[in-house]
Amino acid sequence: MSTLWVAIVAVTLASAAIKAAGPILVGGRELPPRVNAVIALLAPALLAALVVTETFGDDDGHLVLDERALGVGVAAVALALRAPVLLAVALAALVTALARLFG
Amino acid sequence: MRNEAGRGGGGYLAGVRAGLPFALITGVVAISFGVLARSLGWGVLAPIVFSIITFSASAQFAVAAVLGAGGGVFAAVAAAALLNARFLPMGVAVAPFLKGGPLRRALEGQAVVDPSWALANRGGGRFDREFMIGATVPQFAAWVVGTVVGVLADGVVGDVERLGLDVIFPAFFLALLVVELRSGGKRAIAAAAIAAALAAALVPFAPPGVPVLAACVAALLLGLRRRSS
Repeated sequence: MSTLWVAIVAVTLASAAIKAAGPILVGGRELPPRVNAVIALLAPALLAALVVTETFGDDDGHLVLDERALGVGVAAVALALRAPVLLAVALAALVTALARLFG
Repeated sequence: MRNEAGRGGGGYLAGVRAGLPFALITGVVAISFGVLARSLGWGVLAPIVFSIITFSASAQFAVAAVLGAGGGVFAAVAAAALLNARFLPMGVAVAPFLKGGPLRRALEGQAVVDPSWALANRGGGRFDREFMIGATVPQFAAWVVGTVVGVLADGVVGDVERLGLDVIFPAFFLALLVVELRSGGKRAIAAAAIAAALAAALVPFAPPGVPVLAACVAALLLGLRRRSS
């Protein structure tokens, strides 16, 4: 088997195991209130981190301020003004594309 | 009984509808993965099988990046596992709401992807199982179909970045974050702020995946703190 196929199978097993671990170990048990308090904060924390890494992180592990920040910034303004989600996202893509075109 | 089944079906369908916009983006990302895999000389079969059995953009792009740069299998698997490590706490969070024995729960846990998990979050640590699984179905279909299109249409597809499509995911995550912050109060805002600062601080030093994983530390710190009021 080639390197590629070994990698494909190994990554699949690792990824499936990571996703299966919580459901298998926790099962159907109710989680204690303290754990629940942590989980309630996971969503805002993970989403904020994803926004940062996907807006400012580049492929080489640097923080960069480029057209993506402009697009996501416009989406932030639109969302603050209570614009619909799809409009905000479309604006982000449009502004980023235009900035790259004329930048 | 029938009522219950009907309600369950409604949950799945509502999830599918909510997942459709993400499926569109996932499809575009999948096309670019297919094109990239083809350019690396992976052939036609391997990238498609990869997308069907792994179904993870971050892990698959990580493997392409590591192997493409001449890295070995171990480095590729480690990078992919680190990027997907966030699914561990996310899986713990949804675990109480899944159904059946360990095997079925493990299978249902595979439906955890970022948009579906965030969309199915009902606040206070509760999750809508049917909604999450429903939202993942169109994204999985789009991931596989997009990969096939990208692999076969090598060179025909336009540049994802030129069209600004790479900001669609962060913009969507920002929209989901705004919903969380409006309903979650001060602690949610504090958790998001700390997580964002940690992620920004870690990007230049830590391997990919770690900055996002550090967000769990922010949630842990604030979640375990006694409420002052």
